Amino acid sequence: MIVLKKSISEKVFDILNYFFVFCILLITIYPFWNQVVISLSGGFSSYSMGMLLWPAIISTEAYELVLSYSLLWTGFRNSIIRTILGTLLSLIFTSLTAYPLSKNKLPLNSFFTKMILFTMLFNGGLIPNFLLIKNLGMLNTVWSLVLPGMIGAFNVLIMRNFFKSIPASLEESAMIDGAGYFKIFFSIILPLSAPVIATVTLWLVVGHWNAWFDGLIFITDRNGILLQTVLQRIIIENNTSDIQEILANIHSSERIGFTGRQLQAAILVVATIPMIIVYPFVQKYFVKGIMIGAIKG
Amino acid sequence: MLSPGILFFIIFSYIPMYGVLLAFKDFRIMDGIMASPWVGLEHFQRAFSDPYFLQVLENTILISVYRLVWGFPVPILFALLLNEIFHQKFKKLVQTVSYLPFFLSWVILGGMFINILSLNGPINIFISILGFEPRIFLAIPEYFRSILVITEIWRGFGWGAVIYLAAISSINEEMYESAYLDGANRFQRAFYITIPTISPIIVIMLILSCSSILSAGFDQVFNLYNPMVMNVADIIDTYVYRKGLLDMDYSYATAVGVFKSVVALILIIGVNMTARKLGGKDYVLW
Repeated sequence: MIVLKKSISEKVFDILNYFFVFCILLITIYPFWNQVVISLSGGFSSYSMGMLLWPAIISTEAYELVLSYSLLWTGFRNSIIRTILGTLLSLIFTSLTAYPLSKNKLPLNSFFTKMILFTMLFNGGLIPNFLLIKNLGMLNTVWSLVLPGMIGAFNVLIMRNFFKSIPASLEESAMIDGAGYFKIFFSIILPLSAPVIATVTLWLVVGHWNAWFDGLIFITDRNGILLQTVLQRIIIENNTSDIQEILANIHSSERIGFTGRQLQAAILVVATIPMIIVYPFVQKYFVKGIMIGAIKG
Repeated sequence: MLSPGILFFIIFSYIPMYGVLLAFKDFRIMDGIMASPWVGLEHFQRAFSDPYFLQVLENTILISVYRLVWGFPVPILFALLLNEIFHQKFKKLVQTVSYLPFFLSWVILGGMFINILSLNGPINIFISILGFEPRIFLAIPEYFRSILVITEIWRGFGWGAVIYLAAISSINEEMYESAYLDGANRFQRAFYITIPTISPIIVIMLILSCSSILSAGFDQVFNLYNPMVMNVADIIDTYVYRKGLLDMDYSYATAVGVFKSVVALILIIGVNMTARKLGGKDYVLW
């Protein structure tokens, strides 16, 4: 490649552009940083000017309180269970559905494909779905969280397209050796489909981990509460009894100037950390997924 | 092998679709959907003669349109600016950081913005240094929609740029080189090569986003709205949720939901036809 020389106006643009993009970086990070600062601020210092960038008095008290709050751990546990169970079930049944559809000789293939595609365009809406789960007796069970969205039409399409791209000769020779469809699927197709499975898996994991609305409407039992619902009660609804429950663990002398604010920020940081650790590794698969999705289904 | 999948779609997609019949009935829990009496379009008439529902409809469309008008160009501009960054590590860093909000739920982001915009939040501290009166931004109706638009842009610009950056990276390097040899400067190269190359994708993305005009971001609104701003913030999805699941007015809420689903279906079919005409078969959904 030839080296492009830059004129003065282009150099000025470069400086401005780097500066601007750097500002964008700061704007993205600042809200998170602000929560970290508040959560680490002891007592009254969360109200002073210093909290804008750095806590005046550093205190880990809010974290000690939040981490000893049992409902938070219940939420973590339930969210982890739901994520693992939901992702596994989805993967198994999505791929089992996609594989036969990748075969053109399947009878009624186009009918089934259209039937699945149509669910992307139209759905019953909130109330019929809610009544269905209620009538199936799934309220307050993990099934209400993992079954309704178990097979997504979009994921079926992506997997089907990938399976189609696997050379048929591989399957044919296995078939001559006497392997059945299930054997071929598990021992040939799935191992070859690692890229698409990785992409869909991460998609499902992030989706389950962040899902909150189903937990809000289907789970009313305190033992089944999801992490997102715990957050919602404490941060969004500013639920006083929950906050008092956490604050009850400190001595009254230390309590002066210590408000729900640090607690809310601390719980927010605690809930954000798992995703901050994971997402840099996840995002490249997501980008791949977008590219697969952009190719016609 | 296919049967569990088909069974799944029948139970969890097609039975709820059948459940939309609720919208044309007067649902009684004791009778079930089948035995409840038919009332025809009564619930739809009730919705459209209710000024509050019309307000909700207006809110939904306005919020969507604002999101589209202000939010749509941002990822494109971001992609173009990022494309002019030649320091690869810095570029990668900015890109990765810009994705972060997209991977977090609106519960977390909503809580964060409630804190930031609260009376003791950094924005109020900052404006009180400047000598202005602090205010609870999220409780002021005039500001609420702007806050929705700005926070949504903040959440989505990085992720939204992915598709444009991919399109830009597929441009042949030789095009830029020959333009350079012909004396085109950087702005001309961006203007005459980069933008025309990605413009088909821009058009397609624009048309696609038109199909979700009645979805104004349930997760976001739900986690940010409060009684003070209800009149400007309530959208169809939040309205259906409250009417249906809190007031237990199942039939009416279903009717409103059906209205939304049908409009969405018509829009998506229209959008697909438009995309077919403009972009050829590479960009159509089916």
